[in-house]
Amino acid sequence: MIEFDPLVLARIQFALNISFHILFPTISIGLCWILLFFRTRFTMSGDKSWEFAYNFWVKIFALTFALGVVSGITMSFQFGTNWPGYMTRVGNIAGPLLGFEVLTAFFLEASFLGIMLFGKNRVSNRLHLTSCSLVAIGTSLSAFWILSLNSWMQTPAGYLIEDGVFIVENWWDVVFNPSFPYRMAHMFVASLLTSAFLIIGVSAWRIRSKVDGPATKKVMLTGVVLAAVLAPLQIVIGDFHGLNTLEHQPAKIAAIEAIWETEQGAALTLFGFPDETEKKTHWAIKVPKMASLILTHELDGELKGLDEFEGTHPPVATVFWAFRIMVGIGSLMLLVSWWACWVLLRGKEPGKPLLAVMSYMAFSGWIAVLAGWYVTEVGRQPWIVYGAIRTSEIVADHPAATLMGTLFGYGFIYVFLLFSYIGAVRYLATKPAQSLTTPQEYPKGSSSLSGGDY
Amino acid sequence: MEYWLPVFFAAAMGFAMLVYVVLDGYDLGVGMLLPAASEEEKDMMIASIGPFWDANETWIVLGVGVLLIAFPKAHGLILTSLYLPVTIMLMGLILRGVSFDFRVKAQDSHKTMWNTLFFMGSLIAAASQGWMLGSYVTGLLNTPMSWLFSFLIALSLPALYIMLGAAWLLMKTEGDLFLKSITWAKKAILPVGLGLLLISIATPIVSAEIAAKWFSMPNIIILLPIPLFCLILYAGILWLLRNDSMLKAGYSWLIFVALVLICLLSAFGLAFSIFPDIVIGKMDIWEAASSVAALKVIFVGTVITLPAIIGYSIFIYKIFHGKATHLSYE
Ligand code: HDD
Ligand code: HEM
Ligand code: HEM
Repeated sequence: MIEFDPLVLARIQFALNISFHILFPTISIGLCWILLFFRTRFTMSGDKSWEFAYNFWVKIFALTFALGVVSGITMSFQFGTNWPGYMTRVGNIAGPLLGFEVLTAFFLEASFLGIMLFGKNRVSNRLHLTSCSLVAIGTSLSAFWILSLNSWMQTPAGYLIEDGVFIVENWWDVVFNPSFPYRMAHMFVASLLTSAFLIIGVSAWRIRSKVDGPATKKVMLTGVVLAAVLAPLQIVIGDFHGLNTLEHQPAKIAAIEAIWETEQGAALTLFGFPDETEKKTHWAIKVPKMASLILTHELDGELKGLDEFEGTHPPVATVFWAFRIMVGIGSLMLLVSWWACWVLLRGKEPGKPLLAVMSYMAFSGWIAVLAGWYVTEVGRQPWIVYGAIRTSEIVADHPAATLMGTLFGYGFIYVFLLFSYIGAVRYLATKPAQSLTTPQEYPKGSSSLSGGDY
Repeated sequence: MEYWLPVFFAAAMGFAMLVYVVLDGYDLGVGMLLPAASEEEKDMMIASIGPFWDANETWIVLGVGVLLIAFPKAHGLILTSLYLPVTIMLMGLILRGVSFDFRVKAQDSHKTMWNTLFFMGSLIAAASQGWMLGSYVTGLLNTPMSWLFSFLIALSLPALYIMLGAAWLLMKTEGDLFLKSITWAKKAILPVGLGLLLISIATPIVSAEIAAKWFSMPNIIILLPIPLFCLILYAGILWLLRNDSMLKAGYSWLIFVALVLICLLSAFGLAFSIFPDIVIGKMDIWEAASSVAALKVIFVGTVITLPAIIGYSIFIYKIFHGKATHLSYE
């Protein structure tokens, strides 16, 4: 009865919680810098429309941040509740990294968020700008620490093992482990891209619902230019990331490319249905020698196949498909942002088809980010610390029924919140301008600068 | 080093948890008081905690973080035993944290639902924290006695939080809401006292080890000031609540301070009861601690960052000092 195995349930629960969590940090990290940009533009130029843009997006930011915080608090308990063995074995390494995240990042962002959101009238312009910057730095700093830990689990370095317990030999090597620079860059750009497409999409919603204001086009252009620059950059970073993975986790690459046997001049499978029992890919569409070319930069380069990792390679189909979804969306982002750039930079109005595509892509970054993380995390299996500890060694033995119950609880809450979040963003974005100034939120009489003008 | 580092981190963890109880205590308390207020007052009450609740909640992340970082073995043991209440608390905190934001951003017709969820989330979080405290103090046992004890604390902690919430509102509000807060405080203070009393009686009964520590010479004499001061402070609060004129004259902050002192004294009492164990009767702090090398690294980090955190937290409370005004992003 595989579905009642506590290990499987604990993994599903962890995956559910972190997948829900990461949706919000992804937007917080990127959107915060974009907000800082709006805020600075206003301060420098005095152009009110940038202030409207800031006032509108800061509301969405606050909502996103709140969801990020509460789902993050869940994460910080998960290590203890679901993986007690994890901290016992690698606590000496994971502990300080998580600790520095709390001490340097969480308090910084959570504290100055108060001033950023509600202090605009109470503090000087400069202090408010500083607070916004500190929140932006805080969110990125927390990504730095947690990604460092995650990367260390992917490509462990700088440690010794004594009696089964991991001890740090060199902190620099632990923090800046081989895959960390790539993962940090890839994730940071992913956050900015996700936020860029969110602001593009929401602006398109506003134009399509005919509630757009003086700032809508400016915001859209900001997003479009940002995306047009970052989308190609992300593809380049992704390529380097893949090369790094080939060096340190060849089994993951073999699964991503569904290469069953070691070969020279391996073909690139564009699509197909990997089948682990028969060890072949059904209905594969292949480009000869392409995989070798991309990954080794030689037409006849040798790629290791899954046959060399019997029993220690990840589930093939999941990794294979997740990777194609991510790259597919990445390519789509490139196309759409360049198309939009081409239209908007010539001063033209975006046409109906472009607006429609933009609207649908509002949350496309989420799908790419989740797919990317599934490649990374499922691709690491069956290891929790690559090559050193297996996931099955560290699980807590809760009764399956308990896990089942809490799993349903979380699932129910998350689905509800996800719908509420998207609903609230839609509602804020598409309701007519004046009604945003509800008496609950704004003091009566001072409504001339309502965010609804954006 | 071997000896002092774990002691330092035990103290740091206790400190973080105490700060959490006081700070998130008042905003959870405000959440639990919500149904008793009118629509307009609800907005004001939420405005009074708006700039703070997020940072307040971060203290529990620090508390659990220190447990995780400095005492990984205990972290696993405690959190796996408390799996269910922890999960329920998290769900409560999730609902509460998001309702805070959704209630002003979603459609007006949904506002009532978010208000209800805000209330329920606060109550669920407070009660499950009480439950966790209860089963922690009884050494994570699964006996009927410890269940009864946990149940008792699950009722008392929300009362304490409500009291803190009412005291907070006394400092942050004016007019009708201020008067209402006095009534709320008057209603909450009795259950708080009863809870404290029952817990003080029950703790030595459920835990023989704690009884042995308290009721031996010279401990009993050294410790006597703790309950004594608690009684004095409690009487002080009762006196203030009877003398509305003092409160209206601007001395309402005294109630909050008295409550904080009671929490502080109780924390000392608790720390004395538990030390040097980290899981009572099962594991002491040295057995549970990480390697000295790892602890040194975080020690340096903590010594530098914690004062900074305390510094800017105070700075932010100063900026939002005074009676609360309507929340505005602009
Ligand atoms: C790449 C970024 C990233 C990743 C992979 C994670 N987080 Fe996160 N987390 C953030 C980026 C972030 C953030 C941007 O800093 C958040 C999101 C929104 C926010 O308020 O802060 C945050 C919030 C947040 C909070 C609340 C902080 C507060 O009170 O302000 C906690 C406790 C965690 N996270 C814990 C975790 C844990 C234990 C993770 C891994 C298992 C994790 N996060 C993955
Ligand atoms: C942020 C985006 C992330 C996503 C979407 C994600 C997703 C996942 C998924 C799907 C699994 C289950 C894999 C499987 O069991 O097949 C998993 C496991 C795990 N991940 Fe992540 N993860 C993320 C980040 C992190 C980070 C930052 C850390 C730690 C620092 C982390 C640590 C773990 C651990 C401890 C497990 C459990 C053991 C396991 O099943 O391998 N993850 N994650
Ligand atoms: C289009 C070209 C892209 C390529 C070639 C690419 C490549 C990769 C590779 C190889 C990995 C796995 C690394 C590992 O596990 O070792 C990865 C992970 C990931 N990708 Fe991409 N990617 C691309 C686009 C995108 C886009 C557009 C996004 C999001 C907007 C994205 C978000 C992520 C995330 C969040 C991860 C997991 C974190 C990490 O390991 O860095 N990727 N990507």
